[in-house]
Amino acid sequence: MKKLINSADSVVTDALRGLAAAHPDLRVDVKNQFVARASGPRRGKVGLVSGGGSGHEPLHAGFVGYGMLDAACPGEIFTSPVPDQVIAASSAVDGGAGVLHVVKNYTGDVLNFGMAAELCADEGVEVATVVVDDDVAVRDSLYTAGRRGTGATVFVEKIAGAAAEAGAPLAEVRRVAEEVNSRSRSFGVALSACTTPAAGVPTFELGDDEVELGIGIHGEPGRTRSAMRGARELVRVAMDALHEDMPLDGDVLVMVNGMGGTPLIELYVAFAEVAAYLEEKGATLSRNLVGDYITSLDMQGFSVTACLLTPELTRLWDAPVQTPALRWGR
Amino acid sequence: MAGPDDRARDTGGTGNADGMSDTNGAGGAHEANAANGTTRAGTTRGLNGAGGTTGTGGLDAALFAAWAEEIAAAVRADRDRLTALDSAIGDADHGANLDRGFTAVAEALAGGRPDTPGALLSLVGNTLIRKVGGASGPLYGMAFREAGKALGDAPAVSLADLDEALAAGLAGIRKLGSATEGDKTMVDALAPALRALTQAVQEGQDPAEAVGAAAEAALAGAQATIPMQARKGRASYLGPRSVGHEDPGAASTALIVRALHAAVSRTAGAPGETSRRAPEGPA
Repeated sequence: MKKLINSADSVVTDALRGLAAAHPDLRVDVKNQFVARASGPRRGKVGLVSGGGSGHEPLHAGFVGYGMLDAACPGEIFTSPVPDQVIAASSAVDGGAGVLHVVKNYTGDVLNFGMAAELCADEGVEVATVVVDDDVAVRDSLYTAGRRGTGATVFVEKIAGAAAEAGAPLAEVRRVAEEVNSRSRSFGVALSACTTPAAGVPTFELGDDEVELGIGIHGEPGRTRSAMRGARELVRVAMDALHEDMPLDGDVLVMVNGMGGTPLIELYVAFAEVAAYLEEKGATLSRNLVGDYITSLDMQGFSVTACLLTPELTRLWDAPVQTPALRWGR
Repeated sequence: MAGPDDRARDTGGTGNADGMSDTNGAGGAHEANAANGTTRAGTTRGLNGAGGTTGTGGLDAALFAAWAEEIAAAVRADRDRLTALDSAIGDADHGANLDRGFTAVAEALAGGRPDTPGALLSLVGNTLIRKVGGASGPLYGMAFREAGKALGDAPAVSLADLDEALAAGLAGIRKLGSATEGDKTMVDALAPALRALTQAVQEGQDPAEAVGAAAEAALAGAQATIPMQARKGRASYLGPRSVGHEDPGAASTALIVRALHAAVSRTAGAPGETSRRAPEGPA
């Protein structure tokens, strides 16, 4: 498998150097491995820190900037960051009003952010945490590590980021973040596996006539393997899974997300089916994103995330944002 | 997958000489001698505290440093096997992550070796927490840190102390990961290893024998994860599809316990060993 890299060991650091060169309004701390706003912390504003394994770009560093994250901690490919990174980032962005950690529900992320939060408290930085767990493909929560955090992470970072920018206190920012998570659901489908730079071969084998249903974002296989079908049928599988878990009703924010190797034209083909599905259910397609926002390296496939909006959430979604990967209204 | 699994079985706790030399490079021939002769009198020389070179406790910081080095070498040698296991039910990074972590441990030890077993294991734990990430970083890091804490600041410790320290390490993993036996995790290798070690201590076996039994039990425990359905960690997302694969965390735990056996066998081995360690002690 060909990769546009210098070496598998340096890919994360090399990409951070590129990010720094491309975005002067970001401060990239290569030594401590975090990305923050170059403008520094704002006195009295809650800081938002997220992070996770690399390979999901633009998540998370692409969402650092006005109206969204204050800092992101990229780990190695598909590996959560270490506590030192999170502590350094949290200390760097604390404006005295505390810091919210946005954590995707994966064992490694939860453990490393948890350790970091304890140590931040020792250093006098108040930390609250929201754990995002929106993936309906994982059902049996008692017998699993619980639902995975996937697409809703983008919504949580945007909406909680807007609340923090507007001056909401830490408890309020956390409440908004938890509300977004509780009102959001995701489901992913893979047409091909992805290839990590270190492994050099696809993480699983998928035939030309097969798809994986219920994938996460780390190249792991999904819940079931199924026959390849057209976009209409595949979108229906995903939307049925969402609708069954959380009836789609009222104003809905929808993201059709590419997994990294899916042409945009195919995402629009999928989005047309999503729009038709919502109309069929009598829900209103109120806001949307179509594109690559939380990816799995070079995987072909897509995920759908739906959030049942409230007037407050809609207002916060519409608030200005200026980051490398999401920007409007400013 | 059959090939690497078979190799793991061959190199397991029985102290098979070929297997040991296979993964441990230059130290191999030395261990081969020791492993083949675990029952001979020579093993008591350095480690049972009967006039040994390391003080009354028996197991000193040098032994624990040797353990860390053995782990680093074994992880490096088995990096691809661990990653292959992780590809099947995880995210294909376990070998790379542990390699990065234990390489950092080896570098930290090269920069200055703590004087006591407790401080040494704490250094190992803290380094893993800082360098590995993922779930295995905090879990192994916590295990070594808790084990180090349990050993206190004694300059050398007994086999029974080691047994207690590993129990503290296991408790740390259980607490952090909320895993129990049967969840298809590293606990499934470490818990039986500890039971075997505890029993061997009670029976008064010498260190190399006792740790050899633990290594064997860890390997059997790792193999026993193959038919299990994962209930913790990323493999749990696969549900029934996780059945039929060895858990990578259990596999690396077996490797870590095997490395302990290699280290104990090495330092308990030929008389030449004491002279090799001599310059490091007080003159």
